[in-house]
Amino acid sequence: MSTSTMNPVFDKQTNVFLSVLSVISVLVIACNQLFPADSALHIPTYTVTLLGKYLCYALLAVAIDLIWGYMGILSLGHGAFFALGGYAMGMYLMRQIGERGVYGDPLLPDFMVFLNWSELPWFWHGFDMFWFAALMVVLVPGVLAFVFGWLTFRSRVTGVYLSIITQALTYALMLAFYRNEMGFGGNNGLTDFKDLLGFDLQSDATRLWLFLLSAIALGLGYIACRFIVASKLGRVSLAIRDAESRTRFIGYKVENVKLWVFTFSAMLAGIAGALYVPQVGIINPNEFSPLNSIEMVVWVALGGRATLYGAVVGAIVVNYAKTYFTGALPEVWLFALGGLFVVTTIFLPKGIAGLLKKKEARA
Amino acid sequence: MLLMLANAKLWAAAEEDFARGLELINSSKLSQVKQGVDRLIASSDPRARIYLNAMLDSNLYRHTKEKRLVMLVSRDGSKVIVADVNDASKTEELKKRRVKRVPINNRLRGDIKAYLASKDLSDESSSVRKAAVQRLLGDIGELELGLFKQRLEVETNPDVKYLLESGIALDKLANGERFEQLAAIELLGESLEPPVRNSLNQMAESGPEELQALAAKALAKIDDKVAFYAFLEKVFFGLSLGSVLVLAAIGLAITFGVMGCINMAHGELIMIGAYTTYVIQLMMPNAIGASLIVAVPAAFLVSGLVGILIERGVIQFLKGRPLETLLATFGVSLVLQQLVRSIFSPLNRSVETPEWMSGALDINPVFAITYNRLYIIFFCLAVFALLFFVLRKTVLGLQVRAVSQNRNMARAMGVRSEWVDALTFGLGSGIAGVAGVALSQLTNVGPNLGQSYIIDSFMVVVFGGVGNLWGTLVAGMSLGIANKMLEPVSGAVLAKILVLVFIILFIQKRPRGLFPQKGRAAED
Amino acid sequence: MQKMKTKIASIAAAGLLSLGASSTWAADDTIKVGILHSLSGTMAISETTLKDTMLMLIEEQNKKGGLLGKQLEPVVVDPASNWPLFAEKARELIEKEKVASVFGCWTSVSRKSVLPVFEELNSILFYPVQYEGEESSKNVFYTGAAPNTQAIPAVDYLMDEVGVKRWVLAGTDYVYPRTTNKILEAYLKDKGVAAEDIMINYTPFGHSDWQSIVSDVKKFGSAGKKTAVVSTINGDANVPFYKELGNQGISAEDIPVVAFSVGEEELAGLDTGPLVGHLAAWNYFMSVENDANEEFIDAWQTFIKDEDRVTNDPMEAHYIGFNMWVKAVEAAGTTDSEAVQEALIGISVPNLSGGYSAMMPNHHITKPVLIGEIQDDGQFQIVSQTAGLVPGDAWSDFLPGSKDVIADWRAPLSCGNYNVKTGKCSGQNYE
Repeated sequence: MSTSTMNPVFDKQTNVFLSVLSVISVLVIACNQLFPADSALHIPTYTVTLLGKYLCYALLAVAIDLIWGYMGILSLGHGAFFALGGYAMGMYLMRQIGERGVYGDPLLPDFMVFLNWSELPWFWHGFDMFWFAALMVVLVPGVLAFVFGWLTFRSRVTGVYLSIITQALTYALMLAFYRNEMGFGGNNGLTDFKDLLGFDLQSDATRLWLFLLSAIALGLGYIACRFIVASKLGRVSLAIRDAESRTRFIGYKVENVKLWVFTFSAMLAGIAGALYVPQVGIINPNEFSPLNSIEMVVWVALGGRATLYGAVVGAIVVNYAKTYFTGALPEVWLFALGGLFVVTTIFLPKGIAGLLKKKEARA
Repeated sequence: MLLMLANAKLWAAAEEDFARGLELINSSKLSQVKQGVDRLIASSDPRARIYLNAMLDSNLYRHTKEKRLVMLVSRDGSKVIVADVNDASKTEELKKRRVKRVPINNRLRGDIKAYLASKDLSDESSSVRKAAVQRLLGDIGELELGLFKQRLEVETNPDVKYLLESGIALDKLANGERFEQLAAIELLGESLEPPVRNSLNQMAESGPEELQALAAKALAKIDDKVAFYAFLEKVFFGLSLGSVLVLAAIGLAITFGVMGCINMAHGELIMIGAYTTYVIQLMMPNAIGASLIVAVPAAFLVSGLVGILIERGVIQFLKGRPLETLLATFGVSLVLQQLVRSIFSPLNRSVETPEWMSGALDINPVFAITYNRLYIIFFCLAVFALLFFVLRKTVLGLQVRAVSQNRNMARAMGVRSEWVDALTFGLGSGIAGVAGVALSQLTNVGPNLGQSYIIDSFMVVVFGGVGNLWGTLVAGMSLGIANKMLEPVSGAVLAKILVLVFIILFIQKRPRGLFPQKGRAAED
Repeated sequence: MQKMKTKIASIAAAGLLSLGASSTWAADDTIKVGILHSLSGTMAISETTLKDTMLMLIEEQNKKGGLLGKQLEPVVVDPASNWPLFAEKARELIEKEKVASVFGCWTSVSRKSVLPVFEELNSILFYPVQYEGEESSKNVFYTGAAPNTQAIPAVDYLMDEVGVKRWVLAGTDYVYPRTTNKILEAYLKDKGVAAEDIMINYTPFGHSDWQSIVSDVKKFGSAGKKTAVVSTINGDANVPFYKELGNQGISAEDIPVVAFSVGEEELAGLDTGPLVGHLAAWNYFMSVENDANEEFIDAWQTFIKDEDRVTNDPMEAHYIGFNMWVKAVEAAGTTDSEAVQEALIGISVPNLSGGYSAMMPNHHITKPVLIGEIQDDGQFQIVSQTAGLVPGDAWSDFLPGSKDVIADWRAPLSCGNYNVKTGKCSGQNYE
């Protein structure tokens, strides 16, 4: 890795990535809109939404790569930030249902009506306004990450210990959100959404917009991460990853650097979650499951760490494999997925990105 | 002469009851069987006990063609082996569909048990007599009172005697004169039996005024004792939960702590141990008790071998990249889960609990220690001690510690580090397998078994301090007790959340756990 | 650089094409039937059996000559116990595979997750598991039990036949137990049970350490009144629960436990010794004695090639649901979703407990309620059976939010949640 030379924000890979992303996005929408449904080139809206979901995962993977690949913090709890962003969006969507819920209660979401709650819990207030919900999407994961990081990084919890307590964090949140008393719908979570900013979530147009928004968010998130990586902050991060004590002795405030980058990464994950929820139509505590968070890390490892575009590739490849195998080979897909993880970690330590680089170097 | 005649008549009536009873229970209709059981009980015939006992154990069957009653001995696929009810040595093999069980429900079971309890009052064993009195204590009528008084005259065991006296006192408390009631309260104040507490409670709330205060005082004394035993019970529950955590985590403490490999497939190694128990039981269907003991070394070997395979096949290529072992072993865990699903089906498998593991050791009526939990605590300590011995006192242990502290130096001294790595991983995995044997007695044996323990295991190891066996023991036990102390106050879920938050905060205070590893190896 | 760009673009385009191109049209000579049950993950334990049941039913139907002169073709997918994946797979089945109807889901959350998809695409889902009620969708046909076809008759039995006075309502913390317990609590209070005689307890999924709770139940039950536990504890947590009951010396005669999610299949996976005498309420037991059931068991054991395999209630629900669908398609003469939905209401087919089950306008079915005691061979001794068939009630009469709500999908009402007081239809057909 060329860490010694100054990197521009828009380096070669970034340009390639951004152009590929925009070409594909335009292509997908064009194929969906221009070709009739029975044409071989037509991409059904079903597939577009699926791709939108992958893009959200990709953004999440970029967020993880930023802290893991560039700063050496292996977070096994990034699913928590993703899910919190998702819940914030879910709460807004829930409030939008209003009288169209099965009980027709103008204020309370359905699950509260059948738990016999008479009024809205305090933390649900404000979520009827989109700007507030949007703020919460970044603020809630951000604040949690800040507090958690502030405690953790100052105590110099590192390495495996850090990974395990991030896991404890998401596990505790999962258990908490499963509780019906918490007021987030318990195991069923939030579902049956109707519309977003007045646009019907079931209409094809909204779906396309959501896909496009996910693509834009991924692009912007990617650029922001590039910006950090290419800045002085990014180089200090790399130094921390490679020799934390040395960086501290030189005089850098290691804790602060870690804290800000970690918080930023959590916010990105929150945004990914918020875009994910309206596209899949449900958010539930299972998203907090520690195994999910591990899987996310695997995407990044598979794609290739400290490259950002590798994370995107990894997230999309694994999830596409999941979609494909669960349909085509339902009985053996876990063998395939598990095998994929083992093989890539042993034979492709630099992931798919490393493979591409090698090819390019040879060419 | 007249007496003899009357006796003979009675005897004839009993004989008829018995014969008619047997006819009636030879039926598929529950209502008829009930009439039959009533007849058998009325007959008071000693032979009836065999039938009634067989019914309780669900072993009494009807031969559907020949309309006779038989006793089930064992099942074997589509065949069953049955014996003559009165002569266990006369066995025959029949088709499964040839026999049907004599139906029984809870009410019948209750009736039969009450009847047998009244007979058990004069049993040879004092524990049987004690259980019989306890069973009858809840509902004392004329009949029971008579039996109690009769037995009290010959009873020698002090415990049983006291129970009989409390039974009589309970009757006095309800129906006696004032002075008898006072004496009864005095006597009952020493008892912990639930029916006694209920009666005193009733007395304290709605009895005659002068008795209320006394009854309340006696009750308070009992409640003090109950509270004390409730506390002991909580501690025991905590230790037992703790020992499960330690068992699940201790293998990880080796692979993770000593080798620095984050083994996400650890849970699946536990699962393999549990499945090994299942397979061993299948191979020894007639010796369930012994099969469990055979399963311990077997599970150690199977899980250990799988562990060595994982080490040789995956982990050895990832030296010095601990976080990447996490990813690879995560993949391995998915594969192992699906493998088990393919071989054993996704359904849970039934692992039987041997006789000596079921039931409880009754210390007193409000405090009992369940045997399975007790054995698991002992088992956990034994495994810990053995492991400690292996690591401290054997050549292998020495080499393991040497490699974990300074690999290069150890190699320079002639230790074959490759070989030690494989064996260490095998040891940790084997211990996980042994934990699986214990867990098969407590929970489901299914493909998801491992997943439910993996996170807890990591918490225990990290809380205790990576690389320190003592830390794992102390951490597991204290987390278990903390959990069980919190549970009654906060509920099971919140207790678990609080414990997790505690671990997160604790790690801030002591970033390397309870017992941090000292020395060079501790530096990253 | 330029080379690499085009390469990546071409790879991506190829991937997209394969995604799009796989949306081939259904072949005209078969009718596709979607099977949406988890084959991996936590729910695989229960759902795999239902997938096999469907495969068997479809195979048998094909042997009988198929449907409308065409062969049926099962399309199996694996939603992997992952709730968002359920929605994705449902969409795949309907949009991409063009299935005529879907049989699937087990947990409530999976059903909630796919519900908007089925409603949007106006397809048909047969849902075979007992659930909490409080739902009636135009596109879902509920062939499992609602609380009034399972929980309430069980409580009646315990109250009237066993004389239970004190109640423990123990459940896993999710919607089904929460709602069922709410309904039962209201029902018990209606019947004059005092609040202090009801203990409610919730535990997390997969709870495995039951020591404290069982000890509490024991204390609660030693107050001199006959006590029973009504268990809505979810699958996996049951084994340790019953083991702990047995070990702490609580037998079925002392404190019987009546469970709503323990069936033959769950019993096959555990040591039944400590469970003997405890109860379960279902609409079907394998031990029901009649020809139809014996035929079904034989067919199942032959199909699965295991003569010890058991049958259970959700399997019967799929049996009923599948036969209803077949009959409705034949009646409508087409697999068109709208026509079949209309034809389904009023269809009546034999169930396996010796009677007929009919699809009602609220999309729930009529069923008998059976109560059985667990035997040591993992079968049930039936101890009580409702006199007639009980129609499933979508909206409970015992919950304040839903007692005024009814469901009727026939014209002119065509509403799943019509409030008789306000005269308003909310939910799916909200105007």
